[in-house]
Amino acid sequence: MTASVTAARPPSDITKRSLPASLIIHALLIAASLLMLYPLLWMVSASVRPETEIFSSTSLIPSSIDFSSYARGWVGLDVSFGRFFWNSLVISLLVVTGNVIACSLTAFAFARLRFVGRNFWFAIMLGTLMIPYHVTLIPQYVLFLDLGWVNTILPLVVPKFLASDAFFIFLMVQFFRGIPRELDEAAMMDGCSAWRIYWKIMLPLSLPVLATAAIFSFIWTWDDFFGPLIYLNDMNTYTIQLGLRTFVDSTSASDWGGLFAMSTLTLVPVFFFFLFFQRLLIEGIATTGMKR
Amino acid sequence: MSNAMRTPAGAISVESYQGAVAEGRFRRLWNANAPGYLFLLPWLIGFFGLTLGPALISLYLSFTDFDMIQSPRWVGAANYVRIATADPKFSAAMHVTLTYVVLSVPFKLTFALLVAMALNRGLRGLPIYRAIFYLPSLLGGSVAIAVLWRQLFASDGLINAALAQIGIEGPSWISHPNYSIYTLVALSVWQFGSPMIIFLAGLRQIPQDMYEAASLDGASKFRQFYKITLPLLTPVIFFNAVVQTIDAFKAFTPAFIISGGTGGPINSTLFYTLYLYQEAFGNFRMGYASALAWILVVIIAIFTAFSFLTSRYWVHYDD
Repeated sequence: MTASVTAARPPSDITKRSLPASLIIHALLIAASLLMLYPLLWMVSASVRPETEIFSSTSLIPSSIDFSSYARGWVGLDVSFGRFFWNSLVISLLVVTGNVIACSLTAFAFARLRFVGRNFWFAIMLGTLMIPYHVTLIPQYVLFLDLGWVNTILPLVVPKFLASDAFFIFLMVQFFRGIPRELDEAAMMDGCSAWRIYWKIMLPLSLPVLATAAIFSFIWTWDDFFGPLIYLNDMNTYTIQLGLRTFVDSTSASDWGGLFAMSTLTLVPVFFFFLFFQRLLIEGIATTGMKR
Repeated sequence: MSNAMRTPAGAISVESYQGAVAEGRFRRLWNANAPGYLFLLPWLIGFFGLTLGPALISLYLSFTDFDMIQSPRWVGAANYVRIATADPKFSAAMHVTLTYVVLSVPFKLTFALLVAMALNRGLRGLPIYRAIFYLPSLLGGSVAIAVLWRQLFASDGLINAALAQIGIEGPSWISHPNYSIYTLVALSVWQFGSPMIIFLAGLRQIPQDMYEAASLDGASKFRQFYKITLPLLTPVIFFNAVVQTIDAFKAFTPAFIISGGTGGPINSTLFYTLYLYQEAFGNFRMGYASALAWILVVIIAIFTAFSFLTSRYWVHYDD
């Protein structure tokens, strides 16, 4: 029976395995998976434990389930976590919009249009992938301060509308190049403008790559700590990550339940994106080697 | 019309030829190139306004004293001289960062490769395993994970509770300067999922019949790994090593959260980027911080160039 199952699969196994060998591999992988997940599961379980029980056991199963940590944590600061969630959501959605629009425009030009200097600019664009953001950080900060944008979401959002995430441009160029050229050449013959080709042909055919970029944009922005740390100083403008950090500082060693409850909450959106879009995320990583 | 005589190849009608002349060279250049540049416009504005411009300004600032209140004062190479000769925090940060890079990257890549190889055997449940191993990488950058990690390695945390069960008294990992960096290395290694997925993609590319042939010739598993898998995977190993190393140089959030922004105890988790942040936004020494940023760029550039130069001795591209 095992033999027929193996034969039916693509030949990705290295040699013919015996049943025990396969069991050992599974046992090892399951053990490793549990080890990987244990800290995360422990955090979730700590968030629903009665406060007195949090550090008393390494077990994952609480003796009773108690959601009061969530209620306490939610209002644990002067500004509630609802505000932080809302701020993070607004910033993340705007960043997604900016990245998808601006990066697809740029990628379309590089992948499909002919113009003088295209290769030059493309090389420059690839070069910007390698520059650490620390180099531009300080002048950008001074610029945004002069513009009066500090303590607003603008420094975090506006650059994305100027295609500042070269990763996504690169990802989209790779995808656009895979779309048959005949499509837009025929459209061009029929007098279609570049804009119509972009809007009516390229974008509808590129939904998988646009979705991948959108999902990564969302997750990275949601998780971003450094940008908000620098640009947002007023607690009313804080994102969820800054809110959580403030909560850590203000409650350290007192309200662990609340801390783990709020930590869990900040991970929930990312986790659900992961659950639903796993395939896109993994393909995105495999094709471009995106960081993290 | 006399112009009709010179109509090339007869393909273009007299009317359109005249039209082209009337439009002029500029018009034709414009028509050929304008769409491309219009589509590039947002990126071009971003590139000049947010990348090239700031990079040049930052280079200038690195030769000045600048506190954001008074205008920058030119000090020549003084910032660089001080960094190189008289800044113990710089040497500490450099030491911490290099330790982190040298420890975390090889471990992370080794785990990633081992797990990828275990998964690349036509196992049942591959998508589930892959997802589980990738999840920590995806959550990795967030504050919650750093908070969790700080708790795991606290002196009364889970790691020590587990150690106590087997009769070992663990140190206070986070607050002891000899151990604190290892907790951060462990966090980084835990997030081996994304290089693992790239390794998996690379392993898929290796033709199966090479292993079959080697098997028939009686080559052991180890020999097959050493003679087939490893050489054919070198381009992927190279890619992962470069990307992960650059990322490790830029690590920030975990060290910031776990040390409460201080880089302590005794600068033992003072990552380079954390020091840069302290100088720029804690002490408002913007000129000095700019110099630090440029040194980071140079270090990353030297490392990358070195990797590419040595790669031709160990990276095999078959095609």
